[in-house]
Amino acid sequence: MALRRGRRRRRVQPFLFLLPSLVFLAAFTYYPILASLERSLYRASATVAHPTFIGLGNYAALGTDPIFRQVLENSGQFLIGTVPVTVGVALALALLLNRAHVLTTPFRTAFFYPTLLPLVGAAAIWLFVYTPGYGLIDVYLRRIVGGGTNWLGSPTLALPAVMILTVWKNAGYYMLFYLAGLQTISAELYEAARIEGAAWAQQFRAITWPLLGPTTLFVVVIASINAFQAVDQIFLMTGGGPDNRTNLLLFYIYQVGFQFFDLGRAATLTVFLLAVLMAIAAASFGFLERRVHYEV
Amino acid sequence: MGRRPRRILGTWLWALVVGALAFIWVFPLLWAFTTSFRPPGQLGTEIASLWVHHPSLANFTEAWSDAPFLRLYYNTAVVVFGILGVQLVTTTLAAYAFARMEFWGRDLLFRVFLLQLMVAPSALIFPNFQTIRSLGLLNTRLGIMIPYFASAFGTFLLRQTFRSVPRDLEDAAVIDGCGTLQTIWNVFLPLAKPTLVAFSIVSVVYHYNEFLWPLIITDTERARTVTVGLASFTQSAESGAQWNLIAAGTVIVILPLLVIFVLFQRRFVESFMYSGLKG
Repeated sequence: MALRRGRRRRRVQPFLFLLPSLVFLAAFTYYPILASLERSLYRASATVAHPTFIGLGNYAALGTDPIFRQVLENSGQFLIGTVPVTVGVALALALLLNRAHVLTTPFRTAFFYPTLLPLVGAAAIWLFVYTPGYGLIDVYLRRIVGGGTNWLGSPTLALPAVMILTVWKNAGYYMLFYLAGLQTISAELYEAARIEGAAWAQQFRAITWPLLGPTTLFVVVIASINAFQAVDQIFLMTGGGPDNRTNLLLFYIYQVGFQFFDLGRAATLTVFLLAVLMAIAAASFGFLERRVHYEV
Repeated sequence: MGRRPRRILGTWLWALVVGALAFIWVFPLLWAFTTSFRPPGQLGTEIASLWVHHPSLANFTEAWSDAPFLRLYYNTAVVVFGILGVQLVTTTLAAYAFARMEFWGRDLLFRVFLLQLMVAPSALIFPNFQTIRSLGLLNTRLGIMIPYFASAFGTFLLRQTFRSVPRDLEDAAVIDGCGTLQTIWNVFLPLAKPTLVAFSIVSVVYHYNEFLWPLIITDTERARTVTVGLASFTQSAESGAQWNLIAAGTVIVILPLLVIFVLFQRRFVESFMYSGLKG
C-alpha cells in the first residue's frame, strides 16, 4: 500500500513541479501564438462588434501595404546595419581589453555600462546628442561631420542615427562574451605561432577568429533576435518617422494594434514576427549542428 | 630601442588609445550627469559642455515635483522583485524536475519550455495585452508581472547547475529523511547560489529597464513604472528643450541600478557573462 502510494507519487510529482511554469507558459507563450494565428484570419477592429472570417485576406493585404514594405526595408537595413557592426566593435573591444593591467577593469566598465541603462534613458540622452545646433555632435564633431544636421528629422539619416545608439548600447554586452571566449584559447597556440614567425594578422586569421566561431555565432543570433525586437528607442526618438523611415516591425505592431486598433492586422504582423524569430532560431540550430559534425 | 622600453611604450600607447575611446564612449553619460546639476538658466552651446558653473540641485527638485517618481519607483520595485520572487520558485521546481526526475515525455517537454527563449514575450505584446485585458488586469502591477512568472531561461540555467550536483549529497539528504522539497532546499539551492545570483541580477536589470510592455498595460500613474514615467516626462520636457531637466530625470531613473552596479561591479559583469555562456 505504502509502496504503491510512493510509486504513484513519483509518477505525479514531476508534473506537479512543472505545473506552475506550464500554467504561465501556456497562458502567455503558447496560447498567444495560437491565438495570433487564429485572429490573423479575421477582419476585426475596435469598432466592429463581430469579427468576420476572411481567410488569408490579412496576409494578402500586408503584401500590398506600402507601409509594411517600408517597415520590412527598414528592419532589413537595421539588421544589416547593426549586427555586423556590433559584432565587430564588440570583438575589437574584447581584443583591446584582453590583457592584465590596472586600467583594464575601469575600461571594461566604461564600455559595459550602457548595457545596464534603460533603453529609454539612453534614448533620452541621445536625443540631445543629435539635437541640431547645440547638441553634442554639433558642438564637438562640427569639424568632422559638419554642423546643423537634423539627424533624427532626416529621412536618410534618422535610421542610421538610431542604429548608432543601438550599437553603442549593446556592444559592451557582446564584448563580455568575446572576452570569455578569448580566455578559453590556450596561450600555447599563440606561443607556437610566434615561434613560427606569424604576424598578428596571421595569428588572428588562423587562431583567434576560428576558435571564436561559436561565440560569434551566439552573438550574431542574439543580436539578430534583438534587432527584430528593437522598439523602445524608436518610440522615444523618432516615433517611426520621418515618413515611416524608422518604423520597425515591433513598432509597427504597436501602431497597428494600439493606435489604429486594427486587431486582425496586428495579429497578422505578430505571426510574421514570430515566423522571423523562428527562422533565426532554426538557422542557428542548423549552423550549430554543422559545426558539431565538423568537430567530430 | 630594446624590448623592455618598447613594451612600456606599447602599454602607454594602449592606455592612451583605449582610454580616449572609453572617454568618448561614456561621454553622453558624463554629460547627462553634469548637466543635471546645471542651473536652469544656462542655455545655448554652453549646455553641451561637461563643465558646470555654479552647480545646483534645482533640476532635481523640479523633476521630482513634475513626475511622481516615488510612486514610479515603488511600482518598479514591486514589479521587479515580484517577478523575481515567483520566478525563483517556478524555475527551481521545473529545473529540478528536468534535472533529476524520470518521467514520460521529459525531453519533449523541455524543448517546449525552451520555445520561450526564441519567442521573447516582447514579440507577443499584442495578443498578451488582449489576455491581460480579458483577465481584468489592465492598470495593475500584476498585469505587468504575470507574463514573466515562468522563465525558460532561468529553468535552463538552473537545470544545468542541478545536474552537476553530486548524487551522493542528494542520497545523504534522503537517508537523513528529507523529502524532495527539503532536499532541494538543503542541498540543491545552496550549491546553486552563483547561478541564482546571476539569474537574479539579469532578471532585475531586464525588468527594471523594460518599457513597451508596462507602457501598454498602464494608462494611469497607478501601476506605471519608472521607465514609462521617464518617457512621458522626457516627451513633455523635450518640447520645451529643457535638457537640464531631462538630464535630471534620466539620472533619477538610472541612479538606483548604477549604485547597485558600482557596489557589486564584479558580480554584475560575471553574471551577464555567465548567463550568456550557459544560455
